[in-house]
Amino acid sequence: MADWINTILQGILTGGLYALLAAGLSLAFGVMRVINIAHGDFAVLAGFIAIALNQWLGLTPVESLLVAMPLMAALGYVLQRFVLNRALGNDVMRPLMITFGFSIIIQNLLLQGFSADSRSLYAGSFSTASFQFGGQIAAGYLPLTMMLSAVVILAGLQQIFSRTMLGRAFRAASDDPEIVRLMGVDNRHVYGIAMGLALAMVAVAGVFLVMQTTVAPTDGPVHLLYAFESVIIGGLGSLWGTLLGGVILGVAQALGDKFDPGIGTLVGHLTFLFVLAVKPNGLFPKTKDR
Amino acid sequence: MSSQTTSPSRRRVLQAGGAAAAASVLAAPAVRASSANTIKIGYVAPASGPLALFSESDPFVLAQAKKLFANGIKVGGTTYAVEIIYKDTQSDSNRASDVASELILNDNVDMLVGASTPATTVPLADQAELNGVPCVTNDTPWQPWFFSRKGDPTKGFQWTYHYFWGLEDIIAVYTSMWSQIATNKLVGALWPNDPDGNAWSDAQHGFPPALAQKGYGLDDLGRFPLPADNFTSFITDFKNKGAEIVTGVIPPPDFANFWNQSGQQGYKPKIVTVAKATEFPEAIAGFGGRAAGLSVDTWWHPTFPFHSSLTGQSCAEIAQAYHAFSGKTWTMPLGYRYSLIEMIKDVFSRAASTDPNDVVAAIRATNLNSVVGTINFNKGPVPNVSKTPLAGGQWKQGAGGVELVVIENSLEPSIPVGGKLAPIA
Repeated sequence: MADWINTILQGILTGGLYALLAAGLSLAFGVMRVINIAHGDFAVLAGFIAIALNQWLGLTPVESLLVAMPLMAALGYVLQRFVLNRALGNDVMRPLMITFGFSIIIQNLLLQGFSADSRSLYAGSFSTASFQFGGQIAAGYLPLTMMLSAVVILAGLQQIFSRTMLGRAFRAASDDPEIVRLMGVDNRHVYGIAMGLALAMVAVAGVFLVMQTTVAPTDGPVHLLYAFESVIIGGLGSLWGTLLGGVILGVAQALGDKFDPGIGTLVGHLTFLFVLAVKPNGLFPKTKDR
Repeated sequence: MSSQTTSPSRRRVLQAGGAAAAASVLAAPAVRASSANTIKIGYVAPASGPLALFSESDPFVLAQAKKLFANGIKVGGTTYAVEIIYKDTQSDSNRASDVASELILNDNVDMLVGASTPATTVPLADQAELNGVPCVTNDTPWQPWFFSRKGDPTKGFQWTYHYFWGLEDIIAVYTSMWSQIATNKLVGALWPNDPDGNAWSDAQHGFPPALAQKGYGLDDLGRFPLPADNFTSFITDFKNKGAEIVTGVIPPPDFANFWNQSGQQGYKPKIVTVAKATEFPEAIAGFGGRAAGLSVDTWWHPTFPFHSSLTGQSCAEIAQAYHAFSGKTWTMPLGYRYSLIEMIKDVFSRAASTDPNDVVAAIRATNLNSVVGTINFNKGPVPNVSKTPLAGGQWKQGAGGVELVVIENSLEPSIPVGGKLAPIA
């Protein structure tokens, strides 16, 4: 019994990482309707920035995270404002192809700068310490922190969306970018801020990722898949849905693994397909079709 | 009208001229190859993509070759200049095949060399065999190189040769290493669903029969897909059954997940010997102190008692030269990449001419004491293959951080050991 509880607990915590990776993806899609193929690569880029800060300037992992976040946010604003905005329009393929290009550029710049080695950020005993709940049940500090960060970030974002002027602009620009301009809101600027926020969130995910495991410059696309499935399960544009989507995926995989490690990933994908079949827009869709 | 049919039209003249030009272009390579007195070598390796860490020493090796071959190589009484054409496979087997045929058909290379993983060596050797070009490869266990190319142990291949160790060696090294300390002899296995994992877990030629024969118990939950984020099911099972030894063949990110989660879940095996994940210093740096104690197959090491056939340098001196050149710590592929330029020198020095038949005859007759041991294709387990030594190592806390120490040498007793296997603290 304790084994089962532990399995589910670890699945939920794995879902925290998926949700953290997926939050920025969900935001970018929700506001700009941009499917960011390079999202996983941005996470890896943030992780490598943190590793560089840690090794060259001697910053602690927490300090590196605090520096990496605004850097990534600025990068997100610039890329959206000066590159992606130029490709907006009715054709979703154009921004998608551009992010595909970002993916290739980031991977190769990282290969040039850091070589092909797998690297990680040494977080001392933090990455292996855990709360013991007796018996076979334990929750690692690092996965717990990731889960809590995901909850805090998504809650904060939800507050921004529902209570602030900026959130209103996000929602308005998402629903109808043409009308919002008539109302005196510069949707290009709003999009820039949204992408900046998205990359600040992916920076958190990326730094946790290099603390939890080793990452090579070409590993980004691997991490995109589960993030993408989390967004789809939760419903496009829904932030809490994304968290729930990540948790559902993590638990489904863990339970599948418990029966047979060969089918865990498959059970995750089947769950995703099942949700798609039953609720094609995901569990809590927020975006309006346009 | 008649003038039009008898006098050559403008189009005819152009066609004829084009054909003549094409003919002269086609004839050019043969003329160039025989008159320029240059030996051309195609060097194929994964310089970018996921396998790029295997090729980090290539700039050093190519610089060495340039220096050592500056005065050319004497082949059958004539001195030839040496030109090495380096091609990147981008870690992709289709691309490896493409660059190999480019080297053969466009560059007219006299010999192909290449290294690292079946994704490089198998397509390279296949192209060479198909086009009749001498080819030497290493850094792929010999079984996938030989059998996945439908090699017949009674006949072998005509043009392609390979040197490395095999699965039987890794089984021997691992079990010999584990026997150094007292355990309950229960082995937890991390064998994923990929070509390596399937070969290692094979019920006839893999670990299971060898482990059973040597009295080890096996806890194998089955093949699993990569990448894997959550190893709870393995850790729980290993912990419940009390497996004191963990082995497997998984990439660095998956092993990092396993090893960190083992820490969180309080699973403490005495021995962890996982291939692939722990062969490179950068990949284990993230474990900090928890890297010490991990053990791994060691196929090249500065303490190996071999010397360069080109300069007489010891393995330690080559590792130092590499450090001075690149600022990086040595890695295992360094020795094997260096041995490729030893092979080039040795083969062409003995060849009667640069004719492919003479070159391949020289490869067949190789008996070279290289930095990776003796290369001799007549003593292999199957034709065209030479086995080079494999040892076992453990990452131990040294003065400058964790370093790899050789702890097992049963297959090649001339390799000095630097310590014994210590249980993970």
